[in-house]
Amino acid sequence: MTRYALFLGCIIPARQPSYEISARKALSKLGIDLVDLPDMTCCAPPPVESISLEASLSVAAYNICLAEEADLNLVTLCAGCFQSLARANALLRTDDNLKAKINSILSHAGKEFEGSKEVKHYLQVLVDDVGIERIRKAISRPLNNLRVAAFYGCHVLRPSELLNFDDPESPRILDDLIEALGAESVEYRNKLKCCGGLLRGYSDEIALDLAREKIVNVAKAGADCIATICPFCFVALDIGQIQIRSKFNETFDMPVFLYSELLAVALGIDPEEMALNTHKVKTDKVISKIC
Amino acid sequence: MESSKAEKITDLAFYRTVTSRLGGETLTSCYQCGTCASSCPVAKITDRFNPRVVIRLALLGEKTEVIAGDAIWLCSSCYNCQERCPQKVEIADVIYALRNIAFEERYFPNIYSEFASALKNDGRIVSVSKFAERKRTDYGLPRLQPTGVEPLRKILSAVTFGESLEKRKEAT
Repeated sequence: MTRYALFLGCIIPARQPSYEISARKALSKLGIDLVDLPDMTCCAPPPVESISLEASLSVAAYNICLAEEADLNLVTLCAGCFQSLARANALLRTDDNLKAKINSILSHAGKEFEGSKEVKHYLQVLVDDVGIERIRKAISRPLNNLRVAAFYGCHVLRPSELLNFDDPESPRILDDLIEALGAESVEYRNKLKCCGGLLRGYSDEIALDLAREKIVNVAKAGADCIATICPFCFVALDIGQIQIRSKFNETFDMPVFLYSELLAVALGIDPEEMALNTHKVKTDKVISKIC
Repeated sequence: MESSKAEKITDLAFYRTVTSRLGGETLTSCYQCGTCASSCPVAKITDRFNPRVVIRLALLGEKTEVIAGDAIWLCSSCYNCQERCPQKVEIADVIYALRNIAFEERYFPNIYSEFASALKNDGRIVSVSKFAERKRTDYGLPRLQPTGVEPLRKILSAVTFGESLEKRKEAT
């Protein structure tokens, strides 16, 4: 059993039970043990970075300290949490002056960042600790004939120098993991372009234009569904389709999945147990194609 | 935000204010090639934001236009520009540094006050409702661990986080 401290973040426990349920069930089935540590907080993502980069780095480092104290590496489900924590980890490990500065802030909370632990997104755990071959062998319900549009979002890929996740201009990890389930990963125009999710709340209009472009391109490529690894991309594309319907009078009916949901279904976990009814765009047509 | 509402201030040393801050260090390496603008998903659909122009205005000392304007809030933080910049200007981070200065000068969109108060009250920027917490049992999810809101508050007060939040100037 490989053990990780699970960094759950905000939006997943607040709004996306299907992400958490499917990820916990799938990872446990693949031999990954997730430990829930007390006292974790927000990862301090872009809204906090916008107010104060110093506060953001300090809060991210504080959370890494908790994993260091528990002697566990950290795994995140959320791409945003991954970026905040992995970036802070990389910056503080390589810049002693910055580390000293942040540690003097952390001393107010009785913490000291060492830099002794890794921060991973769960896709990296799937590839590095489980392995594509083992996943392929563990599949009991292959997603044959399913055409899936992989969507990486931005925050696992960039800035690549600090995150080291995959090639930022032509990543493969999510495509490979989709294909490991027996599905086809379909190419589509502007695959790596931003979904606009972070502009929601400040400029809903621009955010929706970007989300709409993504959905249009995926639909044109003939995909059955989208698979994403970021809860904000999920919101932008799933709830986004409801808003596109009322604003542009266009209905795409393009189911959006978190990758872990597809993984869990392929591993034989009952979709009824995964709260898929919390999605705004119905997932039934994809689920009935698989099960 | 409407830049016209703020008195226009040109500060030729503004670039030094930016480069001396976390995130802003690489500003002066920019040679205005425009790789950032051509990589920017937002600049493609609106003329309200262009990363090259934001950087240029900061370099020219057009402080008010930058920090009291609407452009810096339209970066979607996709980091495409930063990834591709031939001069290694950390553009997305420079924009965060500019937003941080805007906060200190009390120009910021309303929505950020909500994030900040949720963070200080609950330890999360998106609060988990009692309903969502109760539903976890039905879903077979483990009980939610308490957040470290006390140590978090100590950290935030050590960096004087959000001091200007209650004193917002004319914005959005």
